[in-house]
Amino acid sequence: MTRGPVEAVLESPEEGGALLDGPSRPLLSLDDMSVRFALGGRRAGETVHAVTEARLELLPGQVLALVGESGCGKSVLASALLGLLPANAWLRGSARVGGADAEEDVELLSASEQVLAGRIRGRRIGLVPQSAATHLTPVRTARAQLAEAVRELRGHEDDGDVDELAGRVGLDPAALGHYPHELSGGMAQRVVVASALVGEPPVVIADEPTTGLDRPLVDRTMDLLGELANRSRGVLLITHDLSAARRVATHVAVMYASRVVETGPADEVFDRPWHPYTVGLLNALPERGFEPIPGHPPALTELDALEREWGCAFCRRRPDTPGVAACDGTPELVSYGTRSVAAHPPC
Amino acid sequence: MLRASGLVAGYERGKRVLDGVNVDLPRGGVRGLAGPSGCGKSTLARVLALLQRPWAGTVELDGSPIRGFRHAASRRQRTAVGVVFQQPRPAVDPRMPLRRVLEEPLRASGERGVPERVAELTELTGLDGELLGRFPHEVSDGQLQRACLARAIALRPRYLICDEMTGMLDASTTAALVRVVDEQVRVEGTGVLAISHDESLLHAWAGDDVIRL
Repeated sequence: MTRGPVEAVLESPEEGGALLDGPSRPLLSLDDMSVRFALGGRRAGETVHAVTEARLELLPGQVLALVGESGCGKSVLASALLGLLPANAWLRGSARVGGADAEEDVELLSASEQVLAGRIRGRRIGLVPQSAATHLTPVRTARAQLAEAVRELRGHEDDGDVDELAGRVGLDPAALGHYPHELSGGMAQRVVVASALVGEPPVVIADEPTTGLDRPLVDRTMDLLGELANRSRGVLLITHDLSAARRVATHVAVMYASRVVETGPADEVFDRPWHPYTVGLLNALPERGFEPIPGHPPALTELDALEREWGCAFCRRRPDTPGVAACDGTPELVSYGTRSVAAHPPC
Repeated sequence: MLRASGLVAGYERGKRVLDGVNVDLPRGGVRGLAGPSGCGKSTLARVLALLQRPWAGTVELDGSPIRGFRHAASRRQRTAVGVVFQQPRPAVDPRMPLRRVLEEPLRASGERGVPERVAELTELTGLDGELLGRFPHEVSDGQLQRACLARAIALRPRYLICDEMTGMLDASTTAALVRVVDEQVRVEGTGVLAISHDESLLHAWAGDDVIRL
């Protein structure tokens, strides 16, 4: 796969004592990360702003939920971290994956395909994909697929390893003899979570892992992902399902029109949102008013002009939201203690 | 009234997915249908939308029995029931821009004033008009599902089956599409079957009028 031109920031972040402390060293840190797509064909000359200046940190033990409407750029962000974007993507800024035991950081956005394939995917970052049932190969049993991952990532072949993985995700080893179409949705989900764990990656990215599942299954999948976060592992959960995010997220980042507009501890953001977009998303929940946000998210090709004119892209869609601070017109995130927000300082 | 009695349905050589199911769908309201994955909700949706012939039982549309399903149903009966599925992408032809997706049922039924109706539907469903020239792969799931809903109500069906219509959508788009459907109930007197596994959604949408499969 070819990767687009990269202009990565390679300076290390400020050297501080905290960085050297094992548990608080970020597993993943994004610094002003941007993703652009240059369009071709009849839309040549247009640029899609998929991710703009994202700044996020994932620490061990955290489940960081990245939430937002469909098309806001959250899945592109995940694909960019794994080097899975098409060739017309441009990446800027920095996204570093750290590791336990002072393993050296790797800058993901400028990493070669060789590094990504050999050292990152499955080993430093595991992926739980959308739609488990279609992600698995239909012609091989669950056991064969897990065994292949064990062989690739651990360098040996051992049925004991596969059984142990199945046990960790609550899957009966006897079920592993089945083909994907013979597995229920919940079992298939467990198989893909198990295969994301084969390489013991410190970071697990779950990209819309619950789309199309019914509520009990969503809850079980969320609980399983929540259990993955521990002393040496963090989970980046990408979802449009706020109820699911609420169930397990320790932290939340809200994304609107390619930008992260609010971050913070999950209970604080959900209970006292600062950004009007977060307020709007929460008020749209059936149990909290069922009130849609008027209008549409802007086209991702027009964000530059929009931000020049309005500063905060959301205020163009809904200028006045009761109960939040007036827009100060700066699209960048500003930190206030453990939380941060763009354009609408806490009031 | 869209009425199904004693429905037995399933798939080739498979076991019965529906076994003796009765459902009434009156006009001018929203009735919820809840049930876990695999209980037959979508099979029932397909039968009620006249897309699948049941093995036994009857479907009655405003008092007339349905004799043929799919292409064998009369045009009048087929266009009386609209349907929106959970996944918009497999539900549209990827080679058609959204404008054609909306025009298709209107042209097939020989309607006049197609551009005017397309503009009206775009407005009704909150579809971004600038996207009408785009192909499905160029728009988000939320926008594509708005187009699918617009197509489903294009011919002002008397009944509308929403089979997990918002299952893939975020909270705001969900609330917006539910409003569009509610507006059809109010203005056109549509009878809506809202199928979902999400109890809080059905409670907010259909109140206590929820049947369980």
